[in-house]
Amino acid sequence: MGKIIVVAEHRKGELSDITFEMLNKGRELSKILGHTVTVALFGNGVEDFSQELSKVADEVILVEDESLDVFNWEVYRDLLYAIIKDEGPAIIMMGHTAWGMNLAPGLAFKSGLPLATDCVNITCEGGRIFAVREIYSGKIFSKVSFREESPVMVTIRPGSFPSEPEESAAGKIVRKAFVPLTGDLSTRFVEYAESPAGDVDITQADCLVSVGRGIGESENIDLVRDLAKSLGAVLSCSRPVVDKNWLPKYLQVGTSGKTVKPKAYIAIGISGSFQHIAGMKGSGTIMAINKDPKAPIFREADYGIVGDLFEIVPALIEKASEMHQ
Amino acid sequence: MTQDVDLEIAPDGKGIKKEDLPFVMNDWDAYAVEEAILLKEKLGGTVTAVNMGNEEDEEVLRRCLAMGADKAIRVSGTEGLEMDGFVAANILSAVLKNLDFDLALTGTQGEDQNLGMVGVMMAQKLSLPCSTLVTSVEIKDEGHAVLKGELEGGIDQVVEINLPALLTIQTGINEPRYVSIMGIRKARKKELKVIEYGNLGLSEAETTAMTCVEEVFLPPETEGAEILEGTAEETAGRFMEILKEKGVFS
Repeated sequence: MGKIIVVAEHRKGELSDITFEMLNKGRELSKILGHTVTVALFGNGVEDFSQELSKVADEVILVEDESLDVFNWEVYRDLLYAIIKDEGPAIIMMGHTAWGMNLAPGLAFKSGLPLATDCVNITCEGGRIFAVREIYSGKIFSKVSFREESPVMVTIRPGSFPSEPEESAAGKIVRKAFVPLTGDLSTRFVEYAESPAGDVDITQADCLVSVGRGIGESENIDLVRDLAKSLGAVLSCSRPVVDKNWLPKYLQVGTSGKTVKPKAYIAIGISGSFQHIAGMKGSGTIMAINKDPKAPIFREADYGIVGDLFEIVPALIEKASEMHQ
Repeated sequence: MTQDVDLEIAPDGKGIKKEDLPFVMNDWDAYAVEEAILLKEKLGGTVTAVNMGNEEDEEVLRRCLAMGADKAIRVSGTEGLEMDGFVAANILSAVLKNLDFDLALTGTQGEDQNLGMVGVMMAQKLSLPCSTLVTSVEIKDEGHAVLKGELEGGIDQVVEINLPALLTIQTGINEPRYVSIMGIRKARKKELKVIEYGNLGLSEAETTAMTCVEEVFLPPETEGAEILEGTAEETAGRFMEILKEKGVFS
């Protein structure tokens, strides 16, 4: 019997969904493998979190210190390194989040453990652990094995598992002393910075017409803007459009932008990266227009049109104005 | 990375058929190269581009040189290796440890495999401070930089980091410059050094993959979207009807 260690993630006083998503998967695996589930929780004044987590895990390892108020990869790495050495876990799970991406590869390297990142599933066959990942922009899946059977380290893509906690018998809370880093921190947190708000709040819109990389050129965005106007909808976009400075960040839907839940979401020339889908999958009706029938957006959409947006969007604008008359 | 094309699974079931596929510079890497060149233009210094691969992959380095890098290094002879992020990090670190630099930049991830681990592992191997998903770099003085790094939900974190450091660059940090075919041709005069992987002095442990792709497969069939068929006008008509039925448009 071994341990599955889940590294709890929290920011600005809130436990992130990914923590519970990993716990749900961890508990499922623990039942198959006969393991127990331990949460590693680091923070400052996070006693409440440890209580909450102890209801859904067998054990919570709690380390508290003022310096743990914000995430620091070096501090987390060394704390987890020590915990891995002490506990000899079978599996270590972290989120494939900004934190996890900063932390997991260095920790795996330092600990000499195999790492699979951005996993959408962890499976178990004959006692062996496999990681399932999406590659080539979600068009292909891969099943990855680990050279060493255990311990293995994985980072989990947010939204891959349910986040509703399933309560179980109370787990124990084990406090461990904070061990400061030897030497100074090489990376120091200064502050959080929010991108400036705009004149439109896309989270409040009933209908969003969203434009993606498929629009090709900045000038073509007016076409989609016209469609939004004729539908009485609000214009939004996916990340590549913001990366190219064609539209401002406050119009971006996705994990690094806004999470939206309009009654209708119309995706135009958006292939549907998981980061984008995570930001809009709660929409009422999702409609997608894309030239690639294999684009992942069609897996999430309710209705789709496969074709050239430069033919379909003008046709939609015409229909909309006909219907207005 | 490959561009939008139909992908087919290779006969061994462990990868895709790569013959005839167009490969281009990874998006994230293009932003990282551009950032390096912008910093050089502002502060002086030199930019060295490093990759590993075969002669065809030199095209990516030529592009870097055309963008403004001063020299380039390709690690050759890695084709036979079973490659994962760990092995890639060891190989690239072996090149970097012989270079004198203030800043090492990588893309946050590769678009094909989206591992997002090579840069951070290199930092660990080379004992460098590291920051990920970087969306702005401001060099304060010889020893420090102030960075913005992307978090979730439209929030960035501002961090101060000691130099030299390794940063993994997020898309959108700048606008990678366009280079013409002529520009790439001209860049042929710049130094491009090839280092044989066998001469890097790596141990067997460092070049043995820790993870292995057992198989690749197409995404499981899900219900997915109801695809509207017909001409642009017909599909547009049906599209509008649906919006009306859903009470979004009246």
